[in-house]
Parts: sequence; structure tokens; C-alpha cells
Amino acid sequence: MKRIETIKAVVLAMLLGFCSMAGSLASAEVPTPDIPKGEGEKCVEPTDIMRKNHMEYLLHQRDETMRKGIRTKTYSLKECVDCHTVKDENNIPVTYKDKRHFCNSCHEYASVQIDCFSCHSSTPEASHSGLTKRPAKFFNSTQNLNALNLKAENQHE
Amino acid sequence: MSDLETNAPEKIGRRKFLTASAATAAGAAIAPGVLLHTVAEAKPAGQAVSSKNRWGMLIDTNKCSKGCNACVSACNEENGLEKSDHPNSNEIDAQWIRKVELKDKSTGHSVSLPLMCQHCEHPPCVDVCPTGASMKREDGIVLVDKHICIGCRYCMMACPYKARSFVHEELFNQKDHAPRGKGTVESCTMCVHRVDEGESPACVEACNADGHKAMYFGDLKDENSEISQQLRKYPSTQIRADLGLNTGVRYRGI
Repeated sequence: MKRIETIKAVVLAMLLGFCSMAGSLASAEVPTPDIPKGEGEKCVEPTDIMRKNHMEYLLHQRDETMRKGIRTKTYSLKECVDCHTVKDENNIPVTYKDKRHFCNSCHEYASVQIDCFSCHSSTPEASHSGLTKRPAKFFNSTQNLNALNLKAENQHE
Repeated sequence: MSDLETNAPEKIGRRKFLTASAATAAGAAIAPGVLLHTVAEAKPAGQAVSSKNRWGMLIDTNKCSKGCNACVSACNEENGLEKSDHPNSNEIDAQWIRKVELKDKSTGHSVSLPLMCQHCEHPPCVDVCPTGASMKREDGIVLVDKHICIGCRYCMMACPYKARSFVHEELFNQKDHAPRGKGTVESCTMCVHRVDEGESPACVEACNADGHKAMYFGDLKDENSEISQQLRKYPSTQIRADLGLNTGVRYRGI
């Protein structure tokens, strides 16, 4: 009887050990977004609340500003962008097209498209002058079109 | 609870003191009954705009110079309207303000004037908008809420002044204070971001800086504002006054 109990105990211990190992393995395998830290000590609300409700704050502020001209800074998108700037290797703030952008770091992970930045600036205004007007792929397509136009003109001559 | 009660009288006292001192600081009296006002007093950031104000403009075409484009370039600069990189576009797609020349064919006399959104009291663009994106603020500034604009362009057809533009292409690096984007309609905002800070629109500032002083900006509901005084003193015209839109932009000399 004693032997059986010992075997039981060993099996149980092994099972438990396996479970905890599997658990730690699983947590290591699940990728989590690498969210860059913002400037300053803390955000306008505690992190867990911001994580859950930031879109509500932004939506509310958007209508207040647009319709009533209320321009308080606490929940303004501009302030988010200013504090949560991520700089690239050349010390230039990255735009929302970059995976490292604060908003993008999580939105890409969650696969939720952000529409804000098709109109709003995704970098602080002070940094704008240092950026090219369009991303490289657009320049390429323009150059291609220009080349085509040139070709057409030459043929015409 | 008891803390609140004991503090209450002191709080009221302080607030009263503040309002009293604010009232004395609001306008500097240079003589009894005469007050010096800034163009627009800045409202606190958290305060909603109200129908106590109606922002408007007066354009003196006699002072508007024919070759001058200062208001247009100032507007483009302020709001980040740039020439598109598209190879087929020769000029800036969006026009928030443009110079128009009017000629009397019988006499040959011509005048030059800037034309932009007239910020109507009864804006046709707002009437026709199917989503409520086209809207008029309490203080009379007509805007497009691009968050809900679907780009149908009914407002562009409804506007008698052709004041609105459509953004056809993806934009990059817009100004912080003037978000603009593909697929939405836009027009002169009367530099709403500046007005809310108590400043005047970029076009007016540029016209003054150039020494023409053909544009006045101010509160049409404030009898003491320069614009109201000018309007009271000299005749002025609304373009297409027959439509009864009661425009916020008035002209002199046409």
C-alpha cells in the first residue's frame, strides 16, 4: 500500500511539474506588444484605464473640440502624440506608418486599424520640417509616372 | 463633510473676489464709456463657444490690390495646403480662399477681392449635408466635421460661392491645428484654431502686415468692435444678398 501511495505521489508531482512547465512555456511563446514608454511620470489616467478607454476619451474630446470649440489639453490627441513620440535611429520621430509608432505598436498587435492619422499628424509638429513630404514608395511611383510621361513626350516628337 | 462645510464660505469669498477682479481687468477704460478691446478676447480653453459672438469679416475692395496674393499664400501656409506631388496636378488642389477679379463690362472698371467661405447664418451646405458633417458653430463659424464627412460633395454643389474643395489624394504631414484628409470636403475655417485663442485669421493678419489693411475681422454682435463700427459707418454688400443667407463676410466697394 505504501508503495502505491509513493507512486501516486510521484506521478502527481510529475504532472504538476509538467503543467507548470507547459504554462511557463506557453507564456513565453505568446508574443506581447512591445509598447514604448511615454514621456513624463504618468499618463492622464492610470495605464489600465487608458488601455481600455483611450478611444472613448478621444472620441468625446473630438466632438467637444469640433462642435463647441473646447480645447482642453488633457484628452487631446495632440498631447498623446507629443508625449508618446518614438524616435528612430536618426533621432527623428517615426510616423504612424512605422511599426514602432506608439499607437501602432499595440494596434498592429491587436489588428485594429486606426483612422486618426490619415488626417491628424502622428508626430509632434516641431519635427515636421525634418521629414520628407511623402514616403519613398510614393516618390517611386511618381518617378515611374514621370518616366512614362517623358517617354510619351519623346515618342510624340 | 465637515471639511467641505467649513471651507465653503471661504471658497465663495475667493470666487467672488476673482470675478470682481476679472471684471475690472476685462477692458481697459481710456475714457468714460470708451473701452479698448483686442480683436477677440481669448476664451478659456474649457469654455464652449456661444451665440453671444458672431465672427465675421469685412473686406474693403478699394484697398485690395490687384496683384497681391498675400491672403491666399498666408492661408495656404497656415493650413498646410500644398501642391500635390501628383504629376498631373499643376496647382494646389484645395482652395480655401482665392482672388477674384470682377469687371464691369460697360465701363471697364474692375475690382479685385478675396473670396472664401462666407460663413452664412443660414448656410446651404449645412442644409444639404446628409450626415450632419457640415455644421455651423454657435459663434457663426461654418465648418466640416471631417470625422463624419462621407465625401458626397452635396455641400460643394449647394454653396453659391464655390467655397469648398474636395481632397482627392492622400495627404502627409498635415499641420497639427488643421487636420485634413483624403475623401473629405474642406473650406475656410476662419482659422478657428486662432480665433479660439483670441487671434485673427491668417489672411487678415497677412493683409495688415502687407500694409493694405483691406480686411477686418471681429465680432459682428459686439457693437464696439472695429468691424461693427466700420459696418455702421460705411455701406457694405453681401455677395448674393438676394439669397438671404446673411453672410458673415461683407464687402465694401462692389
